[in-house]
Amino acid sequence: MSGEILVQVDGVSRRYGLIEAVKNLSFNLRQGEVLGFLGPNGAGKTTCMQMLTGNLAPSEGRITIASHDLLEEPKLAKRAIGYLPEQPPVYRDLTVDEYLQYCAALRAIPRAQRAAACDAVKQKCALTDVGRRLIGNLSKGYQQRVGLAQAIVHLPPVIVLDEPTSGLDPIQIREMRGLIRELGRDHGVILSTHILPEVQTVCDRVQIIHKGELVLSDDIDGLTRRMQSSVLLLGLRRPPETRVLQSIHGVISVETDGDRLRVFYQPGNDPSETLTRQALEHDWGLYELSHQRATLEDIFVKLTGSDTPSETPA
Amino acid sequence: MILTLARHELRRMFLAPLAWTILAVVQLILAFMFLGHLEGFHQVQSQILGMDNPPGLTELVVAPLFGNAAIVLLLVVPLISMRLVSEERRNKTLSLLFSAPISMTEIVLGKYLGLVAFLYAQLALIALMPLALLFGSGLDFGVFAAGLLGLMLLLAGFAAVGLFMSTLTQHQAVAAVASFGMLLLFWILDWAGEGLMGGSVLSQLSLLNHYEPFLKGVFDTADLAYHLLFTATFLTFAVRRLDMDRLGG
Repeated sequence: MSGEILVQVDGVSRRYGLIEAVKNLSFNLRQGEVLGFLGPNGAGKTTCMQMLTGNLAPSEGRITIASHDLLEEPKLAKRAIGYLPEQPPVYRDLTVDEYLQYCAALRAIPRAQRAAACDAVKQKCALTDVGRRLIGNLSKGYQQRVGLAQAIVHLPPVIVLDEPTSGLDPIQIREMRGLIRELGRDHGVILSTHILPEVQTVCDRVQIIHKGELVLSDDIDGLTRRMQSSVLLLGLRRPPETRVLQSIHGVISVETDGDRLRVFYQPGNDPSETLTRQALEHDWGLYELSHQRATLEDIFVKLTGSDTPSETPA
Repeated sequence: MILTLARHELRRMFLAPLAWTILAVVQLILAFMFLGHLEGFHQVQSQILGMDNPPGLTELVVAPLFGNAAIVLLLVVPLISMRLVSEERRNKTLSLLFSAPISMTEIVLGKYLGLVAFLYAQLALIALMPLALLFGSGLDFGVFAAGLLGLMLLLAGFAAVGLFMSTLTQHQAVAAVASFGMLLLFWILDWAGEGLMGGSVLSQLSLLNHYEPFLKGVFDTADLAYHLLFTATFLTFAVRRLDMDRLGG
C-alpha cells in the first residue's frame, strides 16, 4: 500500500449536455493496489473509466497518470495505461497472434521486443494454444482474455478494466479474478463492477459511485465491516407483541416483513441468543433465525439514504 | 506509428473479399473500355494519318482510359472507404486506438495512408494496360505521366472524402452513400457554370475542372494546389470529427 501514486484524479466532472454523468470525482491509485469501482448500472463507472484512458475528455478537473497530465502530455500518459473496455476491442478477422502483434506495435513496443512481449502475455492469459485461431471464432471467455492480453501487453503501470468478468462462466470468472489479483501485485489496477463478491475477493480498496458521485471510499475491511448488518430475520409461528421483542436488550426496533420479522439491533449487541432462549421459554414457535446479509443494494440505500437525504435510493 | 496503422488497415482490407472483388471488377471494366478505345483508334488510324498534327495513341487511348478510370473509381472508392472508421465505431474497437499513445492526427493519417496505398495499387494495375502498348508502339510519356499524376491526386481527394464520411457514422452504408454523393457533387459542380450567380466560383471548385487539364498533359500548379487543399481539408475534418468523440457528448 506504500507504492508510488500512479493515478491522480482531481475534481473531475463530465457532462453530457445537461446530464452530469460524473460529478467532482477525486481519488488516487498507488502501485500494487487493486481499486474496485462499484456501482449500479448507469452510475457513471464507464464514463469514469473512459476519462481515465483518454477516450473521453473531462469537462472539468485534472487526471494525472504516472506523473503525466492526460491532457497536456497524452502520449506519455497513455503509454502508462492498459484499457480493457466493457466490450473487448478485438478485430474478429485477425488471429490472436496478429492482433497482439498489432497492439504491441500500437503501444510503441520496439520491434525487436514485440515477439517476446506477445509470447509472455499469451502465457499469462493462457492463450498460447489459440494463437493461430481467428478471434471471431473464439468463445466469449477467450475473447475477453484476448482483450485483457491487449491491455497488458506493454506492461503498463496502470491497468483499467471495465467489468472484466461480464459474460464469463463461473470458472472463467474465477480464473479472471486470479489473474487480476496477480496483476495487482506489480501494477495498479482499477476495475469496475456491479458484483459485490467480486470486489471482496479481488480488491484492496473500494469506491462506490452513485449517480456520478463518490459515496464511499474505503478499504476492503471497512466495507466488510459496513456489510455486517445489524439486522436479524426472525421467523415465529406465534409471534408475541412487538413491544415484548423490543424490550430485549440490544434490540432497537422491529418491523414486519411478510410472515417474518426484521429485528434491528445495536451493532456489537447481537440479541440472537436471548431471542432463541425467550422463544423457547414462551413457545413462540421459532422456525427461522438468520443474519440478513447486507447486499450492495442495502449499502446503497444506507449510503444514499443517510448521506444525501434528498435523493431516492437506487 | 502511422505506418503501423496503415499496414494494419491494408492488411485488414485484403483479409476481406471486398478488396479483391473491387480490384478484379474495376480491372475488368477498365480493360473492356481500354480495348474499346484501342479498337476505336484502330478504325480512325488511317484517317488521322493525313492530318497535319495527328493525335497519337496516348491522346486517343490513354487519356480516355484515365478519364473513365476516374468515373469508375468515383463509384468504387466509397465502397472501400466506408468501413474505415464506421466499422470500428460499431464494433467498439475505436477505444483501442484512443487509449493507445497515438494522436488523432496519426490515427486519421494512418487509416488514410492505408486506403491510399490500396487505391494506388489499383492504379498501378490500371496503368499497366497502357504500358502494355509499349510492345507494339510508343507512348507520349509526358502525357501519360501527367494523366497518372492527375489520377493519383484525384484518388487522394476521393480517399479523404471517403474517410471523413466514415468518421461521421457507425453505419457503413450511410458512409458509402454520403461519400458517393459528396464526390459526385464535387464532380458535377461545374454544371452550375453559366448564368448562375457565383457559377464561376462553383466551377472553380469542381473536381472535374481540375482533373481534365492533366489528361491533356497540362500540369498546372493551381490544379495541384487545388487537389492538395481538397485532400487536406477533408482530412482535417476527419481529425476534428474524431476529436469530437472525445470532447463532445
